[in-house]
Amino acid sequence: MDFSWSAEQQAFRDTITRFLVDNLPDDWEAFSKHGPASPALTEFARGFCRKLAENGMLFPHWPKDVGGEGLGPWEQQILAEVMWEFGEPRGGQYMNVNWIGPTLMKYGTEAQQAKYLPQIGQGEMLWCQGFSEPNSGSDLASLRTRAELEGDHYKVNGQKIWTSYAGLADTCFLLTRTSDDRKRGITILLVPMDTPGITVRQIPSLIGEGDIHEVFFDDVIVPDSQRFGDEGQAWEIIGFSLTNERLGIPRYHLARSALDRAVAMLRTAGDFGAEAVRIEAARCAALCEAARTANYAIVQKRVDGMAVGAESSSARYATVMAERAVCEFIVEEVPEALAGGSDYLQMHHQRGIVAGVAAGAAEIQLNIIASDVLELPREPR
Amino acid sequence: MHLSLSEDQVQILDFIDSLAKPFATVPMHDVSFALESAELDNALAENGFLDVMAMPELGAVTAALVVEKLARLPFAVEAAASALVRPLIDPALPRPLCLVQEGQLRKPVRFLRPGASVVVVGPSGVRSFTAGASHVRGAGDEVLYAYPMAYLTGYANDMRRHAVAPQEIMRAWRVALAAEAAGLLGAALHSVVTYVSERKQFGRELATFQALRHRLAEDQVMTNGVYWLALRAAGSGDVGDAALAALHAQEAARKVCYDYHQFLGAMGMTLEHPLHLWTYRLKALTAELGGRGAQALAAAYALWG
Repeated sequence: MDFSWSAEQQAFRDTITRFLVDNLPDDWEAFSKHGPASPALTEFARGFCRKLAENGMLFPHWPKDVGGEGLGPWEQQILAEVMWEFGEPRGGQYMNVNWIGPTLMKYGTEAQQAKYLPQIGQGEMLWCQGFSEPNSGSDLASLRTRAELEGDHYKVNGQKIWTSYAGLADTCFLLTRTSDDRKRGITILLVPMDTPGITVRQIPSLIGEGDIHEVFFDDVIVPDSQRFGDEGQAWEIIGFSLTNERLGIPRYHLARSALDRAVAMLRTAGDFGAEAVRIEAARCAALCEAARTANYAIVQKRVDGMAVGAESSSARYATVMAERAVCEFIVEEVPEALAGGSDYLQMHHQRGIVAGVAAGAAEIQLNIIASDVLELPREPR
Repeated sequence: MHLSLSEDQVQILDFIDSLAKPFATVPMHDVSFALESAELDNALAENGFLDVMAMPELGAVTAALVVEKLARLPFAVEAAASALVRPLIDPALPRPLCLVQEGQLRKPVRFLRPGASVVVVGPSGVRSFTAGASHVRGAGDEVLYAYPMAYLTGYANDMRRHAVAPQEIMRAWRVALAAEAAGLLGAALHSVVTYVSERKQFGRELATFQALRHRLAEDQVMTNGVYWLALRAAGSGDVGDAALAALHAQEAARKVCYDYHQFLGAMGMTLEHPLHLWTYRLKALTAELGGRGAQALAAAYALWG
């Protein structure tokens, strides 16, 4: 076991960091504080991701035959850590790198791969994830947005909600119901967001501009060539996707970075001497580092080619605990951060408070840990 | 970064499993507060399992893995201090090794008995002596902790001074504490998971009630965190990593000890169920090195000055 970064890994981190320092605008923290989905950041990210792609930094962990550099999961983690430390300048395109691209590679048809992977590779394509519905949140398998096959196309009717990036996305990774079988009746369609019949309404939110939406589908016609995977294969595919997504956001790293920033502010103000404050800060650091090591253990499994499985839920929950602790520490000790006193800490707060909700509620992660890590007998249904 | 076990590490842990197999369960009808076995202790020492840290191809992470593994046993073994601290002081110091913070005579000391090596760590440096009968005051049958414990009546006049910084011993002590706690946490969790998966109330297993499931899942997350932080601290040799690992271990111990006895109900209050063998060791560890507050302050100093 070796808990240190190799010289190559450290150099990789330094290169990415230097690139961001050199290429982000001077007012980056003020510019980006309203979240990765804000119109300004989304527009910025299109050009910025293209620049990352040109420099081999958009998806260096992808295989070479699809335009990557063939680097491994550790480099993917390092890349994600640095990006999140800087407030995610890739905007919503981080999803492309983390799970949409890998899912396309694993389950997409040749035509779908040929159509979408180059667009993703150019750093200009924004996706949204049409999963949750008004009555299907954590109970995702109860979703009701209907896709009826009519000859060579599907007609889609229904509603999605909490859809990040929907206002500006090019394409929706849409879960639809094609039969009444709870899980095997769900089918994925890749739907261009400019298709007639789609209406998007932004929902004002605590977590920044443009982050959550309602999306309405009224007689939306989608060619069956846009079906992703087989009919009824969605549950299997999103299981793969969500495992990647849960690992893809190193929130523990942003939380630790925010904690260090908060401590620096306290120190500057002469308020980091009290033992009560120092003890709380250390508790937060322990939670951040516990989450970091739990996530790294999962990355190692990927390096070893092992199934990641339910332990990713444990790592994810550790991250939620860390985010919660750091958010609470900052509110208690650096209250000015949420009132214009720190762009960076405000950005952290708006991302941090969603840690236990996005990509599957934290309580669902606890259910998964209970059933599949601890192997407790399941709850009766 | 490489977090998989090496072949050597897998082999060592397998050896320990085989060697410790007769000690993996509580002897029938035993209702002791603490379980010890001289036979197990001798076997571990004779086979060199407590000396792996000094071997370059194995090192401190392997020592931490050994400590974690042994802490899972219902039998208490003085392994943590011997495996992770003793090599930094003098690998030949007689066992058991008893680590004591200078000026802390009020507190009971784990494994203290005549013949033990007492290592006193503090502002005066790192000093040791072999405990004589006059240095040891037994606590009789009043010890609830699942370690053999006694009080130190005072220091020997002719303590041996060691050329190692007290800060370095405190660092290693924190790693040792975290590694031992990781094993205790793992064993206690396993024990409770087994119980609540079998015990039925209201016509179904206790483990099917979400009130318990979520807390147990959180306990798993904390336990996993302690395991990895302990190994990282052992591997990095960093003062901050050690303080964070010990802090998280003591935080976790505090949470789970309450949860686990609660989940076992009255059974958790008996000595017939072995849970106390792990939880009351964890409780003893929560008081060590000044407790959570002291670990947190040490971590804060290491991280931010």
